[in-house]
Amino acid sequence: MSDTTHPGSGESILAAETRAEIDRWVAKFPAGRQRSAVIAALREVQHHNHGYLTDELMNAVAEYLDIPAIQVYEVAAFYSMFETKPVGRCSVSVCTNISCMLCGADELVSHIEKKLGIKTGESTPDGKFFLKREEECLAACVGAPMMMVDHVYHENLTPAKVDEILDAVE
Amino acid sequence: MSDKKITIEVDGQTLSADPGQMLIEVTDEAGIYIPRFCYHKKLSVAANCRMCLVEMENGRKPMPACATPVGDGNKFFTRSKAAIAAQRATMEFLLINHPLDCPICDQGGECELQDLAMGYGRGISRYTESKRAVEDKYLGPLVSTDMTRCIHCTRCVRFGQEIAGIQELGTIGRGENMEIAPYIEKTVDHELSGNIIDLCPVGALNNKPFRFRARSWEMRQAELVSPHDAFGSHLYGHVWRGKVMRVVPRDSESLNETWISDRDRYSCEGLYSDERLTEPMIRQDGEWRTTDWATALGVAASGIRKTVSDDPSQAGLLAAPWSTAEELYLIKLLSRSLGVANLDHRLRQTDFSAQQDDAAYPGLEIAIADIDTQDALLMLGCRPRTEVPMFAHRVRKAVRNGARVMIVNEQDDDYLFARHAHLVGPDLSGQIAALCQAAQANVSGELQSLVHNATVSDAHRQMVKALQEAEKGSVFLGHAAARHPQWSVIRSLASALAQACAASLNCMGEAANSAGAAMLGVLPHRDEGGREAVQTGKNVSQMFADPLKAYLLFGFEAENDCASAAQAVETLAAANHVVCVSSYLTEAMQSYANVILPLGSFVESAGTFVNCEGRWQSYTGAGSPLGEARPGWKILRVLGNTLECEGFDFNSAEEVLTAAQQAVGEVALRNVFTTAGSAGHSDAPDSGASPGLYTSDPVVRRSRPLQEVGHTAASPPLQATA
Ligand code: SF4
Ligand code: FES
Ligand code: FES
Repeated sequence: MSDTTHPGSGESILAAETRAEIDRWVAKFPAGRQRSAVIAALREVQHHNHGYLTDELMNAVAEYLDIPAIQVYEVAAFYSMFETKPVGRCSVSVCTNISCMLCGADELVSHIEKKLGIKTGESTPDGKFFLKREEECLAACVGAPMMMVDHVYHENLTPAKVDEILDAVE
Repeated sequence: MSDKKITIEVDGQTLSADPGQMLIEVTDEAGIYIPRFCYHKKLSVAANCRMCLVEMENGRKPMPACATPVGDGNKFFTRSKAAIAAQRATMEFLLINHPLDCPICDQGGECELQDLAMGYGRGISRYTESKRAVEDKYLGPLVSTDMTRCIHCTRCVRFGQEIAGIQELGTIGRGENMEIAPYIEKTVDHELSGNIIDLCPVGALNNKPFRFRARSWEMRQAELVSPHDAFGSHLYGHVWRGKVMRVVPRDSESLNETWISDRDRYSCEGLYSDERLTEPMIRQDGEWRTTDWATALGVAASGIRKTVSDDPSQAGLLAAPWSTAEELYLIKLLSRSLGVANLDHRLRQTDFSAQQDDAAYPGLEIAIADIDTQDALLMLGCRPRTEVPMFAHRVRKAVRNGARVMIVNEQDDDYLFARHAHLVGPDLSGQIAALCQAAQANVSGELQSLVHNATVSDAHRQMVKALQEAEKGSVFLGHAAARHPQWSVIRSLASALAQACAASLNCMGEAANSAGAAMLGVLPHRDEGGREAVQTGKNVSQMFADPLKAYLLFGFEAENDCASAAQAVETLAAANHVVCVSSYLTEAMQSYANVILPLGSFVESAGTFVNCEGRWQSYTGAGSPLGEARPGWKILRVLGNTLECEGFDFNSAEEVLTAAQQAVGEVALRNVFTTAGSAGHSDAPDSGASPGLYTSDPVVRRSRPLQEVGHTAASPPLQATA
C-alpha cells in the first residue's frame, strides 16, 4: 500500500502514448487492481525503449500504477521477454526446446553465434542484434526448428534461411 | 462463513471445525503437528513449500494442509505411509540446494529446517550434482543475510506486504535462479523489519548485531517488558554469562501479537555501551573521581539533607517516565518524607496550565486489541510509526478491516496506511477547533471564540462525518499533541469533539511508564491514585525556569530528555547540589552533577511498567548489573535509609510493588478535559525536544545498530538546540 492515492498523478518520464496504452490496460481490470496491468505496461515501455527496461523506467511504471517498485521488478525479472539490461535493437530468439532441438536448433544457435560473433545472451557491439539466451517452446513445433525475430515467427529454418532473414534486418 | 460447526477426522481423532477453515489451523488448535515452512498464522497462505502435505481419504494426491479447506466428514492422515513419503520427498528437495552449514549458522539449534530435517530428512544425501549459491544481500545494520540458505518460503516477502505496509523484498528471477532480494540493494529500514528474522524458518535472515555471539542452547530465556513505549510489548531477553545477548518477541495476542519493533529488539545493543557507568562517582574540588557506594551515598544524602532542612521548596525530584513502578513509588515516598513537593516525570511536556484537569493517567479508553476493529480513527498530533511502532501496526490492521483513518498533524509523516482524510500544517488547535465547529461540539469559556472563529473546510466536515457515522469511533492524541505548547487547549477541544461524535478519547502516554508515574503521584499536584496533593509543588518546567538549590535526577539525561534541555543544563550547572542516578555517564552530566550513582539497566532488575491500558506488567529481569551498578529500587531504598526516611525497609522489588499497588488502589480512566488552561500560552521556554524513533531514551540512543538505521537520519538532532 503506497501513500499516493491517485494513480497516474504527477510528472512521469513515460511518454504520453505509453501512458495512454497503460491506461487502456488498467481500465480492463476492476478498480484497485491496476497491478494486473503491469505486464502490459512493461511491454509497452520496453517497446518504446529499444527493447529493454531500465531501473528508472521500472520505477516510473511502479509510480504510475501506484504499486511498490519491487512488484514491478519481480515481474520484469520473471518473464524472459523482459530485458533489464541494455540489449541490441533486434532481438533474435531461437527455440531450443524439445521439438526444435530434435530438428537441429542447436546447430542453428551455433551458426548464428558464429555469424554475429557473439554468444547467446549477448548483443553485437554495433547494437544491432541481441541473441537471447534460451528460448523455450514457442508453440510452433510443427514448423520446427524455428526462431523469433522481433516478435515475428520464422519456421522450418536452415542456416541459409537464417542468413537470409538476418541479412534483411535494417 | 456460517457458524455451523462441521466434523472432520484427523488420524482417527474427531475434530470440530468451521467450514472452510484450513486443515492446518484445525490441527494446530488440536495440537496435532503438521510440518510447515511457508505457513504462518499471521500471514496469508502461500502454499509454496509443500512441507505440509498430508493424505486425504479418497484424495488422488497428497494435499497441502495449509491450503486445504476442510469439509464435513473429511478424513485426513498426517502420519500415514503416503503422507510421510510426501513429506520426506519434499524435505529431500528442499535440502538439495541448502548448504547444510548448520555448525556455522546462527539459526542452528532454533531452526525449523534443522528440526524438520531431523524428523523427515534422510541421513544421507542422494544428490551429487553441484549446489547453487546465492549472493548475500545487504539489508542494512539490523538483518544479516545468508541467501544460499533460503528455501523461498516467501514469509519475509509477505510480511512486508501484509504487516509492514511496504513491500521491500521480493522474489527476483525464476526457477532455479529465483532469489529473495530487494531489487536495488538497499537497507530495509521499516521500524518492524527485525521480525523477518523470527519469520525466516532457516538461517537466511538473522540478527546481525547478535551474529556469532552465542548459541541458542547456551542462553537462558528471561521475560521482559518493553521500556520504550506505552504499549509495553512482551519480550524475552536471552542471557548468556549474565549479559543480555539479544531480545526476541514474547507472544501476547492482545498487545504485540507475535511481533516487536526494531527499537525493542535492538535497544539491548545499548546496554553495554562504553558510556555505561559502572562505579559511583563524586566531584571533589572540581575533579571527578570514582568512589564506593557508602561514600557516594553519603555525599548525595548530605547535600539533599542540607537543602531540605533549610527549605524543602528549594529541592526538586525528577524521574524518567521509563523508570519502573517500584522506582517511581520509592521516589514518591522520598519526596513525601522529605517534604519536597517539587516532583515530576513529564520531562517532554511543555504545557502544564491545566494539570488539575489531568486524567488519572495518560491512557486509552479502548483496549489495544480493539484498535483493529474500530470503524473510524482520528489521530491528532500523532506520528504512530515513530511514537509507538506497534500502534502503527494496529492502525494498519484497522485500515485493512475497513476503518477510516484520519490524521491532523503539524509535521507530516510517511504513515504506510491509507488515509480517509489528512490535514498537515501549523496550528493544530485551530484545526481541531474547526472540527469542533463542524461537529457542533459543546465547548465552554475561551474555547468558544476559538471554535466560533475557526474556518471549516470540506476535509474537516469529511472527518467529522466519518467519526459520527462510525459505530466504533475513536480519537487519539499522540506525543506531538502532548508535547505541544497548547496541550491543554488541544485536549479540551479533542474531548468536546469526541463527545460530540460519541467517540472514545485516547491519550498515548509518552513513555513505558507514564501511566505508572501518574498513578503513583510522581507529579507536583497529585498523590497516589490520582488524589490531589496537599501542597502543589513546581512542575519540571518551573523547576528549571526558577532555579532550585538541589536536584535529584533519576534515570534520564537532562540534556537529551527534557523539553527545555538547554535551560535545564544551565540551571543544573548553577545549582548547589545535583545527584544523578544514571546508567550512563555523559559529558554534560559531569558539567552539572555533584554525585553520579550507577543505575542498573532495565534488564538488570525486576520491574513493573503500567501501559497505556492501565495494565501493570511485571518482569523478573535478565542478567546481572554491570560492575557496581545497582537496581534502582535498591539505590533508592538505601538513599531513603541514609536520609533516615520512614518506611524504606523493603527487602525485595516485590515488596515495593505490593506497597505501590496498595497505595494506588483502583483507578478508573475517564478522558474528559474541560479546562483550556492559559489558552495557548505555555510557560516553557521552547517547544520541546521531540525525539526521533531511535533517540527516545538513553538505552536506545546508545544502540549502535539502531543509530545506523536510515530512519534516524530524518529525525531531529539528538540534543535540543539552545
Ligand atoms: S529469506 Fe527466509 S523467510 Fe525469506 S523466503 Fe527465504 S527462507 Fe523464507
Ligand atoms: S519446441 Fe520449438 S516451438 Fe515447440
Ligand atoms: S506450509 Fe503448506 S505448503 Fe508450505
